[in-house]
Amino acid sequence: MEKLIIGRSIDVNEEGFMNQFSQWTREIGEALALENNISLSPRHWEVIDYIQKEYKNDSPLSIRKIGKSGVVDIKEFYELFPDAPLKTATKIAGIPKPVSCI
Amino acid sequence: MANQLVKELDLKSWNIIIIDENDKHYYQPGFLFLPFGQYKEEDVVRPIKEFLPDEVTFIQEKVKTITSDKNAVTLSGGKELLYDILIIATGSRIDPQEVEGMKGIEWRKSVYDFYSFDGAVALRDKLIDWEGGKLVVHITEMPIKCPVAPLEFSFLADTFFKKKNMRDKVEITYVTPLSGAFTKPRATKKLEYLLKEKHIHIVSDFAVEKIDNENRTILDYSGKVVPFDLLVTVPTNKGSQVIEDSGIGDDLSFVPTDKGTLQSKVAKNIFVIGDATNVPTSKAGSVAHFEADILLENVLSFIRHEELSASFDGHANCFIETGGNKALLIDFNYEHEPVEGTFPIAGIGPLRLLKESRINHFGKLAFRWVYWNLLLKARPIPFVSSKMSTAGKNF
Ligand SMILES: Cc1cc2nc3c(=O)[nH]c(=O)nc-3n(C[C@H](O)[C@H](O)[C@H](O)COP(=O)(O)OP(=O)(O)OC[C@H]3O[C@@H](n4cnc5c(N)ncnc54)[C@H](O)[C@@H]3O)c2cc1C
Repeated sequence: MEKLIIGRSIDVNEEGFMNQFSQWTREIGEALALENNISLSPRHWEVIDYIQKEYKNDSPLSIRKIGKSGVVDIKEFYELFPDAPLKTATKIAGIPKPVSCI
Repeated sequence: MANQLVKELDLKSWNIIIIDENDKHYYQPGFLFLPFGQYKEEDVVRPIKEFLPDEVTFIQEKVKTITSDKNAVTLSGGKELLYDILIIATGSRIDPQEVEGMKGIEWRKSVYDFYSFDGAVALRDKLIDWEGGKLVVHITEMPIKCPVAPLEFSFLADTFFKKKNMRDKVEITYVTPLSGAFTKPRATKKLEYLLKEKHIHIVSDFAVEKIDNENRTILDYSGKVVPFDLLVTVPTNKGSQVIEDSGIGDDLSFVPTDKGTLQSKVAKNIFVIGDATNVPTSKAGSVAHFEADILLENVLSFIRHEELSASFDGHANCFIETGGNKALLIDFNYEHEPVEGTFPIAGIGPLRLLKESRINHFGKLAFRWVYWNLLLKARPIPFVSSKMSTAGKNF
């Protein structure tokens, strides 16, 4: 479905994940973060950059993997993106919800 | 695979060797019923040799390392075996050491698992005279083999304590790292109403950080705390140690594998089947069985230097015990999530997909017979093909 954000229209699924990564911009990322009550710091961006890089390499994401990435440990990942960090961080990064769960 | 390969290969020029560190084969789906006394030890274990064709050589020894650039496996006794083709089928195992405090002083006192034979037996002994309290059923992290088993465990526990006239003394909580009861949205909806009906609480999005043995609580990274009197956990599932030691696995020691051809990404002459792969479908006995048909074709093509043209679709088929002698059945693949319908014969059944029924429960119990007599001997399951059929399903 269509969603209007900072004056632009993006294609999202019913859970609010963007369907087309190509529509994502840093400004949209910031706006999606605010919707989740997060204001993005440089640390947040490091994590988002890492997540997007992994996504572009087709490499499946999990909390465990991010914890071992050397970018953040799991504790800090939770501090940056409280409650459900992987879901929140991927939503802000404009990529599909990870299917680490089959 | 061995049972299929002996029929297809010219055994004058091919030598088939099976290496397993164990001389017993466990029917792991039976581990679910062991804790409740519904199965006994002897129902779930048989000698491996019973299932092997006479034409193969069986070596009972642990494989220590796989060296793909030398086409060699090294056994724990030091002997080296060379191969032309290697099929890795080393399964998955639990590793409770992955979570701080899991294998602590409460391990097998108030912290149990049922994903290992020993664990399921120990839990049965505990349940015999457990007086009740907070029972927490917990999944550490995904992926786990048979992802519905912990849910089934919760449903069976509900029935078990009802029968013992002590359901009012037991509070059951289901704690999962997922955002709902199951991994697939439509099945999750179905399963969540069953949890409600059986008064099982659910705590979702729980990423466990550690187990506090002293206070008997499990804690998650976001600060959630769940107290327990009896914790039944599914520890982290990992591939075999040999995968890690050979440096050919991913971060959980599963072997990177092409999800269609089942050829490993390690080397062209290494193929992978069953729980050992990293392909994105459930780790289940039914999956390994369906994969075998595809793998057989591709191994034969590989030998003939032809393109690997058979492609696995991720087909999985699982019964879900819901307690009270009823069960659900789900059938899905990489693309299609489980839906309602009839199975295996479209429009007739007799099994019902995603609906509780008694006949599904008998299907689940019959699965033990199917496993020993059809799956391990590579005989087809009547009406069920390795590719998922969409007929009779309500998409
Ligand atoms: C509680 C529970 C319930 C389940 N319920 C169901 C169900 O209802 N339906 C279903 O379809 N599936 C179910 N499963 C899953 C099913 O049991 C597995 O998916 C299946 O056994 C996988 O088969 P496999 O051959 O890949 O691995 P396994 O059967 O685990 O075999 C691996 C073999 O490799 C050997 N091995 C490992 N490493 C080495 C080494 N280094 N050297 C030598 N040998 C080695 C082991 O000894 C073992 O014999 C359940 C599992 C559990 C735990």
